[in-house]
Amino acid sequence: MVKQKIVVIGNGMVGHHFLEQLANRPERELFDVLVFCAEPRPAYDRVHLSEYFGGRTADDLAMGKVEQYRGWGYDLRLNDAAVSIDRENKIVTSASGASEAYDHLVLATGSYPFVPPIPGHEHEKCFVYRTLEDLDKIQAAAKDGKIGVVVGGGLLGLEAANALKQLGLEAHVVEFAPGLMSVQLDEGGSKLLREKIQELGVTVHTSTATELIEEVDGGRLRMQFKGDKELVTDLIVFSAGIRPEDNLARSAGIELGERGGIVVDNHCRTSDKNIFAIGECALFDNRIFGLVAPGYSMARTTVSLLCGEAAEFNGADMSTKLKLLGVDVGSIGDAHGRSEGSAAITFVDEQTGVYKRMITDREGKKLRGAVLVGDTGDYDTLLQYHLNDMDLPEHPEQLILPALDGAAPALGASALPDTATICSCHNVSKGDIVGAVQGGCCSLGDVKNATKASTGCGGCSALLKNVVDTELAALGVEVNNDLCPHFPYTRQEIFHMVQVEEIKTFDELLHKHGSGKGCEICKPTAASIFASLWNEHIHKKPLVGLQDTNDTFMANMQKNGTYSVVPRIAGGEITPDKLIVLGQVAKKYDLYTKITGGQRIDLFGARLEELPEIWRELTDAGFETGHAYGKSLRTVKSCVGSTWCRFGVQDSVGMALAVENRYKGLRSPHKIKMAVSGCTRECAEAQSKDIGVIATENGWNLYVCGNGGMRPRHADLFATDLDDVTLIKYIDRVLMFYVRTADKLQRTSVWLENLEGGLDYLREVVIEDKLGICDELERQMTNVVGTYQCEWKTAINDPEMLKRFRQFVNTDEKDEKIVFVEERQQRRPATQDEIVQIAEPA
Amino acid sequence: MREVAITRTEWLQVCKRSDLVANSGVCALVGSRQIALFFLPEQEPQLYAIDNWDPIAKAGVIGRGLIAEIDGAMTVASPLYKQHYRLTDGQCLEEAEITLATFPIAFDGDDVLIQVD
Repeated sequence: MVKQKIVVIGNGMVGHHFLEQLANRPERELFDVLVFCAEPRPAYDRVHLSEYFGGRTADDLAMGKVEQYRGWGYDLRLNDAAVSIDRENKIVTSASGASEAYDHLVLATGSYPFVPPIPGHEHEKCFVYRTLEDLDKIQAAAKDGKIGVVVGGGLLGLEAANALKQLGLEAHVVEFAPGLMSVQLDEGGSKLLREKIQELGVTVHTSTATELIEEVDGGRLRMQFKGDKELVTDLIVFSAGIRPEDNLARSAGIELGERGGIVVDNHCRTSDKNIFAIGECALFDNRIFGLVAPGYSMARTTVSLLCGEAAEFNGADMSTKLKLLGVDVGSIGDAHGRSEGSAAITFVDEQTGVYKRMITDREGKKLRGAVLVGDTGDYDTLLQYHLNDMDLPEHPEQLILPALDGAAPALGASALPDTATICSCHNVSKGDIVGAVQGGCCSLGDVKNATKASTGCGGCSALLKNVVDTELAALGVEVNNDLCPHFPYTRQEIFHMVQVEEIKTFDELLHKHGSGKGCEICKPTAASIFASLWNEHIHKKPLVGLQDTNDTFMANMQKNGTYSVVPRIAGGEITPDKLIVLGQVAKKYDLYTKITGGQRIDLFGARLEELPEIWRELTDAGFETGHAYGKSLRTVKSCVGSTWCRFGVQDSVGMALAVENRYKGLRSPHKIKMAVSGCTRECAEAQSKDIGVIATENGWNLYVCGNGGMRPRHADLFATDLDDVTLIKYIDRVLMFYVRTADKLQRTSVWLENLEGGLDYLREVVIEDKLGICDELERQMTNVVGTYQCEWKTAINDPEMLKRFRQFVNTDEKDEKIVFVEERQQRRPATQDEIVQIAEPA
Repeated sequence: MREVAITRTEWLQVCKRSDLVANSGVCALVGSRQIALFFLPEQEPQLYAIDNWDPIAKAGVIGRGLIAEIDGAMTVASPLYKQHYRLTDGQCLEEAEITLATFPIAFDGDDVLIQVD
């Protein structure tokens, strides 16, 4: 069989989606596939481009990995742009000189940023906001600058303004039109958005046209505006809209629209039936769709057609919900109310800065559009009414008015038709989700895996959960959150019972609220709760039988039954004398020595009976236990900060020491790691920690709930420019709220993901004290801090506790089954093969 | 209650009552054999002796495991890979073909006696 050849030009998000969709089909085998990509790397997530400044790397943003394309059997040509199409002979020629024949050609060339032809726009400090390389250049230019201007107040312009702010610049937005986001928002919404954005420190200039850009003394740029106003800046980012990248099609004589764009029909075919165009280069119904979801939809249509199925692209909904500079904005359908016979219902709360407007038909029966600024909580519901053309309730205004009795008349999942699109990134309908649940998916995670719903932008996660929960409930599946067979309660519930009834022993807890005799789930959980609340020594008689083995012996058991010892080195700061002691102890007991990822020194291979001697020597030298064995605060990593570093803006070591010494010994549902960076260069990698602190010129930025273990997660920016006292106060509250409400062994990352209301809710609780519990959280933390003891110091002075550290209760002999061999000048546990060889020499 | 005839000739004294840790384990060396001893004051019997060698992890650590009740049976969870071994007969609950040796054990006043063949 001769395979047909598909050549794809362009490897952006839409091109990638096309290739991914094709790869997952059995018909894939019918084709040879070749991809020309002008950029040096395969497709990456341009929607989340700004996160590149927030610490995500090019790798994080990558969508199509080279290996993956190889696995799919695609011929990917990076750094090689297609330069001409010979339609007659069906051949594409590339910049490198390659000539490739095609049977089907797919144009996914995307768009390019429009730069208005203002004199001076080609200056080297003028940029666009499109590729990772653009962002690198902006970042480099921002290093020595103070002010940055974005030309264009649309969606992408505001995102660019946020990026400039993140880079530490004073940001301005210059918009020609009278309002911001004029495509999506009506006048009222636009006005409110402007106010909110200005409150955040971004200066907005609307109805402002730039006439000239010129360099002034010192290499800065002067922008001359119409009407004699001017602004001096260090760099300019143009974000004045996109233009379809249609040059290749133009020179090949393919039909274009009047103002550009490759004309396609509802099969995504161009005027040449062998050539398709998808994404932002394609013009359908005289429209360019500048969002990723319609592009994906075109890609899927084209794949289906190539595979011989009927499929159509009939335009797409351009509704959007996003957070711009921390302001919630939503736009649905005909947001401006331009369609004939529309009526509007508007709700404005100037006090809280919320603007909501619904556009309905004259009878108020159908929803044609909506604008939401400041609160997009109603977006999902309104979108479903709009997309599914559902009849509005009798009093449609209730959909946007604050409910007086507290309960919003949200559209329940059961009210949605099966055709309702839940996830527009991956085109997953309610019917798909119901099918997945009926097909055996029993959890949100299962459904996500099976359908890919909510794995794109994640905006539909709340609605998805709602649909899944409703379906599970309909099937009679009960979600069991019991801790274990001995306690029909969640960890949170047990925490409250222990606290309210002041329970201090497991027996009492079991007797009052549980059954049976306890297990390795409920015992350590109870021990952790007792420690969080009462902070007694873990070797206290009623507590000792509850601890996991590492807690019991206050060291980490390694694979051969020996232990590793990690003394606390707060903030990673250590004196030469202490370093020498560590070396001496390691040498004396022949311990394998390694610096850990958290800037501590780990000593491996200590026998059970050696632990007390080792710790006596370490505590004599001033060391404390590092709690490396506990579900507790492990380390606070730091860089050297302003003390030594020429870039540091605050004393990161001092802060790391303060934080580590405050929270050391705090027992928690899962282990906690923190870090403090002295500047935005982030040498301590604070955003990959449960609690991350990054210095700013004005104080500290606090990041929370990162890390995530095997499912890594960056921490979220929680609050900015905090003074020392407020920083500690917020960390106290976040940590204690986590300790009190998290599930057993639940990391902060998962805890936040499951927290209803998410980061915003956490801010309400911690910063605004919405629940009125902040005093108590702080009091409880103060109690933990005040009752700290070095567990090892207490233990080595208590002969009763030390009895536990004998290898054998009846003899001082050593465990002969522990065998070490040498590797790289240190010893390590022997493997089973090596042990056999040692025992039976050949 | 289990009836055992205790005579000093058959039974070996391994340690004192005060060497045990309530609701947890310790380890004794009998000949060349490591034996984990568990003392559960609220249970009947109160004492259990079981092989200290974890055949899955290949390390002598059973005596340092956590006591867990699984479906009514008292077990010790191995500290390395968490398999459960029934204290009464050494049966591994996760791996049917693995069983640890168990040994008769009893108090004689403050002495802890054990029978090892």
